Amino acid sequence: MAQATFRIWRGDKNGGAFKDYMVETDQGMVVLDAVHRIQAEQANDLAVRWNCKAGKCGSCSAEINGMPRLMCMTRLDQLDLSMPVIVEPMHAFPSIRDLVTDVSWNFEVKKKIKKFKPRKPDAPDGTWRMQQADIDRVQEFRKCIECFLCQDVCHVLREHQKHDEFIGPRFLVYTAALEMNPLDTEDRVADLKERDGIGYCNITTCCRQVCPEHITITENAIIPLKERVVDQYFDPLKKLFRIFGA
Amino acid sequence: MAGYVTHNYDVLIVGAGGAGLRAAIEAASTGCKVGVVCKSLLGKAHTVMAEGGMAAAMGNVDDRDNWRVHFSDTMRGGQYLNNWRMAQLHAQEAPDRARELEAWGALFDRTRDGRILQRNFGGHRYPRLAHVGDRTGLEMIRTLQDHGIHSGMEVHMECTVLTLMMDGGRCAGAFGYHRERGQFMLWQAKAVVLATGGIGRAFKITSNSWEYTGDGQALAYRAGAELMDMEFVQFHPTGMVWPPSVRGILVTEGVRGEGGVLKNRDGQRFMFDDIPDLYKNQTADGEDEGWRYTQGDKNARRPPELLTRDHVARCINREVKAGRGSPHGGVFLDIAWIKKHIPSAEEHIKKKLPSMYHQFMQLANIDITKEPMEVGPTTHYMMGGVRVDGDSQMSTIPGLFAAGEVAAGLHGANRLGGNSLSDLVVFGKRAGEYAVKFARENAVIHSDETQIGAAMKSALAPFDRTAKEGPYQIQHDLQDKMQDLVGIVRLEDEMQQALGVLEGLNQRAAQVSVEGNRQYNGGWHTAMDLPNLLMVSEAITRSAILRKESRGAQFRDDYPYKDPEWGKYNLITKQGANGEMIVEKREIPPLPAELKQIIEEMK
Ligand SMILES: Cc1cc2nc3c(=O)[nH]c(=O)nc-3n(C[C@H](O)[C@H](O)[C@H](O)COP(=O)(O)OP(=O)(O)OC[C@H]3O[C@@H](n4cnc5c(N)ncnc54)[C@H](O)[C@@H]3O)c2cc1C
Ligand code: SF4
Ligand code: SF4
Ligand code: FES
Repeated sequence: MAQATFRIWRGDKNGGAFKDYMVETDQGMVVLDAVHRIQAEQANDLAVRWNCKAGKCGSCSAEINGMPRLMCMTRLDQLDLSMPVIVEPMHAFPSIRDLVTDVSWNFEVKKKIKKFKPRKPDAPDGTWRMQQADIDRVQEFRKCIECFLCQDVCHVLREHQKHDEFIGPRFLVYTAALEMNPLDTEDRVADLKERDGIGYCNITTCCRQVCPEHITITENAIIPLKERVVDQYFDPLKKLFRIFGA
Repeated sequence: MAGYVTHNYDVLIVGAGGAGLRAAIEAASTGCKVGVVCKSLLGKAHTVMAEGGMAAAMGNVDDRDNWRVHFSDTMRGGQYLNNWRMAQLHAQEAPDRARELEAWGALFDRTRDGRILQRNFGGHRYPRLAHVGDRTGLEMIRTLQDHGIHSGMEVHMECTVLTLMMDGGRCAGAFGYHRERGQFMLWQAKAVVLATGGIGRAFKITSNSWEYTGDGQALAYRAGAELMDMEFVQFHPTGMVWPPSVRGILVTEGVRGEGGVLKNRDGQRFMFDDIPDLYKNQTADGEDEGWRYTQGDKNARRPPELLTRDHVARCINREVKAGRGSPHGGVFLDIAWIKKHIPSAEEHIKKKLPSMYHQFMQLANIDITKEPMEVGPTTHYMMGGVRVDGDSQMSTIPGLFAAGEVAAGLHGANRLGGNSLSDLVVFGKRAGEYAVKFARENAVIHSDETQIGAAMKSALAPFDRTAKEGPYQIQHDLQDKMQDLVGIVRLEDEMQQALGVLEGLNQRAAQVSVEGNRQYNGGWHTAMDLPNLLMVSEAITRSAILRKESRGAQFRDDYPYKDPEWGKYNLITKQGANGEMIVEKREIPPLPAELKQIIEEMK
C-alpha cells in the first residue's frame, strides 16, 4: 500500500486543532496501527487509549470520519485513503487530551443502579438451575465491552447534554441485563422512569447502529424496559395498586 | 519540585484484573479500607481478553471429575515444578469460586439440566472449563467489577505504580503517578497486594497489551523479594499470523476444544506424528476417536491438538522450519471441516466461537466457517513471577502479597489453559484475606521521604535530557532481540549474546528522553516502563541459561531432553547486595504422601 494522511485532533479541554500526519500503510492495517505509528515516529506524546487491539476491551473508541468506532477494528481498506482520514475523540465526553476523553461519568452512573440480587439457590448445594434459552437474551447484553460509543452517538447526551437526567443506552442495556436475569429479584422500574430518564429515549436506534458488539440495544433492551415502565405506571389497575399498595 | 497527593488504606491492591478485583472484594468485605490502583480504566485489564474459560472440577459434564484429577492434571502440565500446595488449594477451591461468580451475577453457558456447562481444553482430562462462548474473561471481569463497585473499595484508574514503599523490612504502600495529569501519588497502606499480571511486551509477537511490562515482578524484585521460575514463558501455539498488523493476537484454544484441527501445507494432521510419552495413554489413536472426544464421548481420548501448549507450539515451529508451513509462516487451523459431521456447522461455529468468527472476518477477511485460519505461536503467559507462600500468597517481604499472573508457583513449567482464570479468583481471594490479617496485626507505618524524592527525580529525568533517544525505539529493539534470542527455541550462545544486548539497552534506557508535558503522555509512560521490561528480560534470560534442560515451556536446542536432576529445583531470582542479579537453584520441598499417591493413581 501507499501513504495516507491522518488528520488527528490534538488538544485538551482548553481547545486544540487538527494536525496532519503522513503514514506508510501496510496490508491489513487498522486505524489504531496508524495512530501508533504516528506516536512512535512523529509524535511521541500523542495521547490515545487502547488495550487489547482485538475489539474486546472497548478502550479505543473514537470518531473516524465522523463515525463513532473502535480504532482497532477499523481497517484502512474500508476507508477512502485518497482523502485525509479524520480521527477525533468522542464528542459526548469532556476532553482530557488528544484522543482521550473523560469517561468517568459512566462509572458514576453505574454505581447508582441497584445491584444484582439473586433469588434463593434452587439446589441444596447453593447453586441455581437455568435453561440456556432463558439466558440467551441476557448473554447478548453482557457482551457489552463498555466502549461507550452508544453513549457518544445518543443525541440526548451528545446534543442535549442531559448527563444529569439520562443514563444513556449503555446503562439501559445494563439495567435490562439485570432486570431480565432469571435469578434477579430486584425492581428497577421506578428508577428507570424517575431517575434514569428512560422517557428521553425516542428510539432513534442510533445507538444500536454503532454498537461494535451488535447488541440490539433498542429492540431487545430499551423497548422492553419502556414496556415495563408503561405497564407499571400507566396500566390503570397497576397504577392504583401502586398508589395504595406501597 | 512538584508535590504529591497522599491516600491512606489498610490494604492497597495494585491491579484491577480478576486477581486484583477478587482480592479487593475480599478485603473490603471485612470492613477494611481498601484502595485499588490500575493503569487502565476499570474493566479493561487483561482478564477481559480471556476467551476459552475457567477451569474448575465441578463435574457438571463428566461426573468422574474431581479436585484430585484437576490437581494431577495441573502437576503433570507443570512438569512437577509446581508449588504443590498451590496446585492442591487451586483444584479444591476453584469450584466454589466459580459458583460464587454466579451468585454475583455471572451467566455461564448451561448444560441441558440447567447447570454450568464445561468444555474440553488442552491437558485437562475431563471437560472442565466453565465458559461463556469465547468471552469468558469479559464475563469474569464484569461480574467482579459490578459486584466490587458496591463493596466500598476506592478505585484509582489510570494510575501507575513506580515503586513500592518500604518501612524497615516491610512493605508500606506504593508511589506512582496519575496518567491523566502526571500528578504523583502516594498510597500508604499496611499491606499491599500485587496483581499486576504478566510480561508479554518483552517479546515482539505477543497476545498481550501495552500494560504487560512486568511491573509487578520488577517492583517486587527491586524491593528485595524473590522471584521464581522466570525461565518459563508460555508461547501459545495459536496466534494470528496474517495480516502483519494483527500478528500475535490470540486464537483461543477453544477452537481446538470444539473440534478444530491443525494441518500443514500438505494437508497433513502433523500433531499425530509426535506424542510425548507422558501423554501416550491419554491421546486418541486416530481422527475419529479425537472427534468423538471433542463431542463429549466419554470413552474417547483427546486428539493430539489438545496436548499441552508448549508441545503444540513446538510442533508448529517444527513444521514451519521444515518448510511445511502456511504461506505466511504459520500452519492451518481448520474448524470448517466439522461440517463433515455437523449439518448446521456454520451456525454451530458462530454460536460457540462468536468472537473468533468476528475477529477473523473483520481483521483478516476470513470466514472461519468456510476456510482454515493461519496460526503460529505467540507470547502469551508468564508462569514465573513473585515467589509466594502457597496458603497466604505473601511474598518473601512481610506485608507484600502477590496473586494472579504476577505470582509464581501454581503452574510450574507450563500452565494449562483455563487454569489462570481460576487461579485469579482462588488466590485473589486468599491474598485479600491474608493481607487484611497482616494489616490488622501490623499497625503503624511510616513513609520514607527520601525514597519518594528519589522516585520523583528519576521519573522526571527524561524531560530534562537533550539526547535524542526515544523510548519507543528502545522498546522495539528489546522486543526484537528477546524474540530472536530468548524465544521458543533457546541456545546458550544466543542467550549469552542477549545478555550483552540487554546491557546496551540498559545504557540507552538510562539516557532516554521524552518530549511534551506530563499530561497523558504516552512517550513518558513508555520510558518509565522500560526499566521493568529490561529487568524482567534479564531474569528470563539468566534463568533460561542456568536451566540446562528442556522442560515445559523452556525448550533448549542444546539440551533437548528433560533431566530428572533439574526436576528437583526451582530457579530463584533476587537482587544481590550490590544491585547485581542473582539466579540460583532452590530445592523443591518434598510432596506429602497423600498428594504423591494421587499423582500415582492418575498416571
Ligand atoms: C488473549 C488472552 C486470552 C486468554 N484466555 C484465557 C483463558 O481462556 N483462560 C484462562 O484461564 N486464562 C486465559 N488467559 C490468561 C489470563 O487472562 C491472564 O493470565 C489473567 O487474566 C491475568 O489476570 P491478572 O488479574 O493476574 O492480571 P490482569 O487482568 O492483567 O490485570 C493486571 C492489572 O494490573 C494493573 N497494573 C499492571 N502494572 C501496574 C502498575 N505498575 N501500577 C498499577 N497497576 C498496574 C493493570 O492495569 C491491570 O489492571 C488469556 C490471556 C490472553 C492475553
Ligand atoms: S435509541 Fe434512544 S438511547 Fe439510543 S441513541 Fe436513540 S435516543 Fe439514544
Ligand atoms: S452497548 Fe455496545 S456500543 Fe454501548 S458500550 Fe456496550 S458495546 Fe459499546
Ligand atoms: S483496543 Fe480493545 S477494543 Fe480496541
